[in-house]
Amino acid sequence: MTVLASGDERSVVHGDCIEKRYGRKRVLRGVSFAVPRGGFLVVTGSNGAGKTTLLRLVAGLAAPTRGVLEVNGERGDLGFLGHEPLVYRELTALENLELFGRLYRVADRRERSGMLLERFGLWDARSDRVSTYSRGMVQRLALCRALLHEPALLVLDEPFTALDDDGAGILDTELAALAGDRTVMLSTHDPARVEALATDRLVLT
Amino acid sequence: MSSLTLYASDVVALARKDLRLELRARDTLPAMLLFVLSTLVVFHFALPTGTSADAAYGLLWIAIVFTALLGLARAWAPEREGGALDGLVLAPCDRSAIWLGKTLAVLVFLTAAELVALPAFALFFAPVDLVAVAGVVLASVGICTVGSLLAAMAAASRGREVILPLLFLPLAIPLIVGGVGAGISPQGASYLSFLALYDLVFAILAWATFEYVITE
Repeated sequence: MTVLASGDERSVVHGDCIEKRYGRKRVLRGVSFAVPRGGFLVVTGSNGAGKTTLLRLVAGLAAPTRGVLEVNGERGDLGFLGHEPLVYRELTALENLELFGRLYRVADRRERSGMLLERFGLWDARSDRVSTYSRGMVQRLALCRALLHEPALLVLDEPFTALDDDGAGILDTELAALAGDRTVMLSTHDPARVEALATDRLVLT
Repeated sequence: MSSLTLYASDVVALARKDLRLELRARDTLPAMLLFVLSTLVVFHFALPTGTSADAAYGLLWIAIVFTALLGLARAWAPEREGGALDGLVLAPCDRSAIWLGKTLAVLVFLTAAELVALPAFALFFAPVDLVAVAGVVLASVGICTVGSLLAAMAAASRGREVILPLLFLPLAIPLIVGGVGAGISPQGASYLSFLALYDLVFAILAWATFEYVITE
């Protein structure tokens, strides 16, 4: 079961013997881990090992079939980046961030949206529809959306996917600034890239 | 800002987003308008002259229900395409606001289709009185209330095009009965009360269950 609770326990995320099945297919088996407050957990594993499933469980987008998963915090404390950008393709970048900023209760959402778009190099394209963006630009916008409400827990599923060198560099800088201050769970096929930031590692087999 | 005001502003923002998406993509409304009008035109030429108003009202409701189904089938498409529904589900807003925003947007589309359908019906078949219009309004609220919940359920499944009509049409039968009754029965007011009660019961059910529909 997933427990989303307020509290000040040492672990922000704690999983114990998590199992996840889709029908008869077992995607995760006996996964246990803990991420302390301010920790940076890097999740690695081959394709199909269950990285995305695990991160979706932590985000509360799916429930474990067995085991205990505790996430300490409110729903709005979590910033999630998945395989999908989680934005509307026929809205502009600004309209997307305005909508999600409102729903995520971001008080100064205009300033915050502008700052993030500037930082991720999307300011000039802020009024273009997302459907006209390249895959890399969509990923940058998805990162802006995930960071918009300054979440205490960041769950990032392969965040470097589709980013060019500039975009990846921006994300490196952003993650370095967040490390230690925020709790991060990140899956990647390139663990060396975030090796310096990682405090814990989880290898799914 | 009070929680009720916050809830209302979330609902308005979500409904406005859907209207904006439709204005840009024009995926749903033109199809609904064309479908309802062409259906009534086909009925007009297919039926023998002198068909009773009772039968004609039945045809009006067939056109309205299937037009609504057309809109409902597309209702959650923008959320499916970019995974945006996950973004909404993770937001700390009340999840029922997502359903209510969608219901309002679908209601606007269906009302637009009915603004074309009712004059066309009056032109081709029989005059439409105020009780009949009230019946259409109340039944439309019910259609959108139930329909947007069921469309969300169907959107999560692989066979959504088949599942939505299977779920929706049985639940729409009372609305058709009420809508037709309001149009042709001398006790039209009783049918209006029935439709209002249906709307109330299913609005509460949909509001309370939506969270469980969109989360695993």
